Amino acid sequence: MEDWRAGGFGLYIHWPFCQSKCPYCDFNSHVAASIDQGRWRDAYLREIARLGAETRGRVLETVFFGGGTPSLMEPEVVGAVLEAVRATWPMVNDPEITLEANPGSVEAGRFRAFREAGVNRVSMGVQALNDDGLRRLGRLHSVAEARQAFDIARNCFDRVSFDLIYARQDQTLADWRVELREALSMAVDHLSMYQLTIEDGTAFGDRFARGGLRGLPDEDVQADMYDATQEICAAHGMPGYEISNHARPGAESRHNLIYWRMGDYIGIGPGAHGRLTLDGQRWATVAPRAPGAWLARVEAGSDGEDPREAISREEQATEYLLMSLRLTEGMDIARHERLAGRPLNAARLRHLAEEGLVTVADGRLKASPTGRVVLNAVLRELLM
Amino acid sequence: MRAMTQLDQIRNFSIVAHIDHGKSTLADRLIQMTGTVAARDMKAQMLDSMDIERERGITIKANTVRIEYPAKDGRTYILNLIDTPGHVDFAYEVSRSMRAVEGSLLVVDASQGVEAQTLANVYQAIDAGHEIVPVLNKIDLPAADPDRVKENIEDVIGLDASDAIPISAKTGLGIPDVLEAIVTRLPAPKGDRDAPLKAMLVDSWYDAYLGVVVMIRVMDGVIRKGDRVKMMQTGAVYGIDKLAVLKPQMVDIAELGPGEIGVLTASIKQVRDTRVGDTITHERKGCDTPLPGFKPAQPVVFCGLFPVDANDFEALRDAIEKLALNDASFSYEMETSAALGFGFRCGFLGLLHLEVIRDRLEREYDLDLITTAPSVVFKLHMKDGEVRDLHNPADMPDLTYIDHIEEPRIKATIMVPDDYLGDILKLCQDRRGIQLNLTYAGSRAMVEYDLPLAEVVFDFYDRLKSVTKGYASFDYQISEYREDHLVKMSILVNEEPVDALSMMVHRDRAEMRGRAMVEKLKELIPRHMFKIPIQAAIGGRVIARETLSAMRKDVTAKCYGGDATRKRKLLDKQKAGKKRMRQFGKVEIPQEAFISALKMDE
Repeated sequence: MEDWRAGGFGLYIHWPFCQSKCPYCDFNSHVAASIDQGRWRDAYLREIARLGAETRGRVLETVFFGGGTPSLMEPEVVGAVLEAVRATWPMVNDPEITLEANPGSVEAGRFRAFREAGVNRVSMGVQALNDDGLRRLGRLHSVAEARQAFDIARNCFDRVSFDLIYARQDQTLADWRVELREALSMAVDHLSMYQLTIEDGTAFGDRFARGGLRGLPDEDVQADMYDATQEICAAHGMPGYEISNHARPGAESRHNLIYWRMGDYIGIGPGAHGRLTLDGQRWATVAPRAPGAWLARVEAGSDGEDPREAISREEQATEYLLMSLRLTEGMDIARHERLAGRPLNAARLRHLAEEGLVTVADGRLKASPTGRVVLNAVLRELLM
Repeated sequence: MRAMTQLDQIRNFSIVAHIDHGKSTLADRLIQMTGTVAARDMKAQMLDSMDIERERGITIKANTVRIEYPAKDGRTYILNLIDTPGHVDFAYEVSRSMRAVEGSLLVVDASQGVEAQTLANVYQAIDAGHEIVPVLNKIDLPAADPDRVKENIEDVIGLDASDAIPISAKTGLGIPDVLEAIVTRLPAPKGDRDAPLKAMLVDSWYDAYLGVVVMIRVMDGVIRKGDRVKMMQTGAVYGIDKLAVLKPQMVDIAELGPGEIGVLTASIKQVRDTRVGDTITHERKGCDTPLPGFKPAQPVVFCGLFPVDANDFEALRDAIEKLALNDASFSYEMETSAALGFGFRCGFLGLLHLEVIRDRLEREYDLDLITTAPSVVFKLHMKDGEVRDLHNPADMPDLTYIDHIEEPRIKATIMVPDDYLGDILKLCQDRRGIQLNLTYAGSRAMVEYDLPLAEVVFDFYDRLKSVTKGYASFDYQISEYREDHLVKMSILVNEEPVDALSMMVHRDRAEMRGRAMVEKLKELIPRHMFKIPIQAAIGGRVIARETLSAMRKDVTAKCYGGDATRKRKLLDKQKAGKKRMRQFGKVEIPQEAFISALKMDE
């Protein structure tokens, strides 16, 4: 069996545009005055045809529209893309088709149309359930709008998830507990909760470098917040299945699981990454980041990709380790060993187990709850 | 007859000045105004040839230049200038240069007055029997106060300054007066051309093309190219391959007579084969009595030099060997440290010498180095009567074998505006100093202190500069070894001793130093997945302790498809960075932590 099959096969479509750029965001998103959606639709279709030819016969399990703000796409464009997808690959009986959405009123008005186009799951960028928090994050919506949009989404889609950002400026542990309980009281089946990370090259990154952005919680408070999140979510029947993701059992994001279980995935659109196993060789694909450049390339009839990079088995082993240990289910030790060609350092593993940071049982290596909070250090220990 | 005329038309001199008072600029002007170097070849500060010297504005090795000067009396004189180092570390080089000349120009900044270094060097000149001509430089500055500075020279040095020459080396003002004064006020050398050859070995250095170059001053007799000469101290005999004068580039010359200064090469392999102060004479019909000799300079400050990248060890060895060819005062031996790997324990004349050597190794040989805390040589008086030199705290034997420990003391002279006197006294007291003398010259105080050298090499100089905003000047000489209550302080990280961080300290100051060190290490060592005790200990007794708490959170919040490559590459990069980490038991200490912990200015 080819290694990727242990992770599955999905498709990611990147829509690179937003109404405004958020100060914390380091994703490939751009603000454009006018977008000719017809041209974008055609470009996506061309790419689907090209990549479909390379992966003929594969059964597709998930489609994910990410961004950017893909809820700004015309529903007809989403519909045309999904139609082409269905015509290109055989699909599982219950494909997961997710679209990321802004919880604004404009987007909410299109939810029904997105459902009709084939979308069955939305992931909403709620980010905070606190107006002051939203303002500081540079979000354009209010808590009231977000709640309204959420209710509409709930009525339109089988599955709804939303994102929250915590460990924000001046946020206390008590504040976060209140906000988290409120989120859990909404009829949500999946939550992604990210601690605010200051990334270089963002507005927050610049402010932070200049000594601004005061009042961020320190490492100890961040750790307390993380622990509280795990505990409260588990008590509400939404245990963490990944570092930052919680779901009712069975409601995990299948698309994202493909990444963490290191399956194959196609990435289409500016800056999109993919992993493709072709004739036994695994390739990393990446598309040009600038929207205009990507569009021009595809329209000129050339492929919307930079040269592919072959990933050695040892590199795959590293990727598998660092992705799979994010999951509560952990890593299949035998699979890792097959890729790496050798077992993990036994002394290091024992040392980590003694410190209570990992467990080894039933052929799986898992980061313990305490190990997951310091996963980067655990990975360094295992990989170096 | 001809010899007599020649002697009469020679003047040999040096320039004594504090750093920044304009010694090198004056030397440049003298060279330029006499046309010794064509204007287009003139680099600022002609004589400071090493990059580091030029950059720091200091002279390290003595440099020499021969100037031809047509004086007002219608005769052309040969002026030999030996440019001496100004810094205290090189006092030894100053003293030997002084013995080769008959007079000195004392250059004092007309806006600042006499500084501690000036004092030390001018006394060396007086000791060598020099005639001294005071020169007031920077007379063009608005802050110049020549009358006050003249008074200052008379008060502090006790030298008649009424005939001091006002100049501006920068603008060239007064330079002709200086040249004329060299001829009229400094004595001509004495010597007997017909006597057997007697020449002083003033300096020697290694030249990549010529091998060892020896600078000599002829006292009696004549030396010629091709002569076979004998070094009276070492007994070695050489044939002279080349004889030259420095203008300042080498110009071949057939012979050098009494009073003249020049250089020779003679297939000498290493600088170590030459003894500064040795007497050179002819192999046959040599002179009977050598000149009074010099004691070789002894290194007083020691530290370990380790390559940051262990793979550079061989490159470091080569570089150190090459530098040692040119610097006999610098010593080295191999050292192994659990923390820092293979390196060298090196001895220096002082802190500046240490910095200069380290800079040259890093710059000229492109090496990244870790320097351990500088220490001095302690004398261990063992119970069995043996006396051992301790160069490295890591080599300290068990206390039960030691009767007592002695450390080097210095006599320090500090000159400071009286506003800062209180700070200086406190600093010296804190460093176990004993006040010897306190006098005033105008609004400046001059204090003399008996201080342990170990306290001075730690961070005294930097503290001195910072408490006086740079207005203090400082000079010292080693006085004696004296017993004190000294102990070895070890540092333990997670119960493991870290040899590179151990140091000798006075018992009364151990708690303070230990506390400072563990607090600093707590900041420098990254959190680990477990908590780490950091301790300072004397023998088995812990005197200071901090605990570095365990890392609480280190995880990437978002990691999806597009992040896999980035994250993998980041880990690969960290893997490479791990080379710069040192492992102590379970603890990894980054190289930078050692460097910062050992930094002498903190």
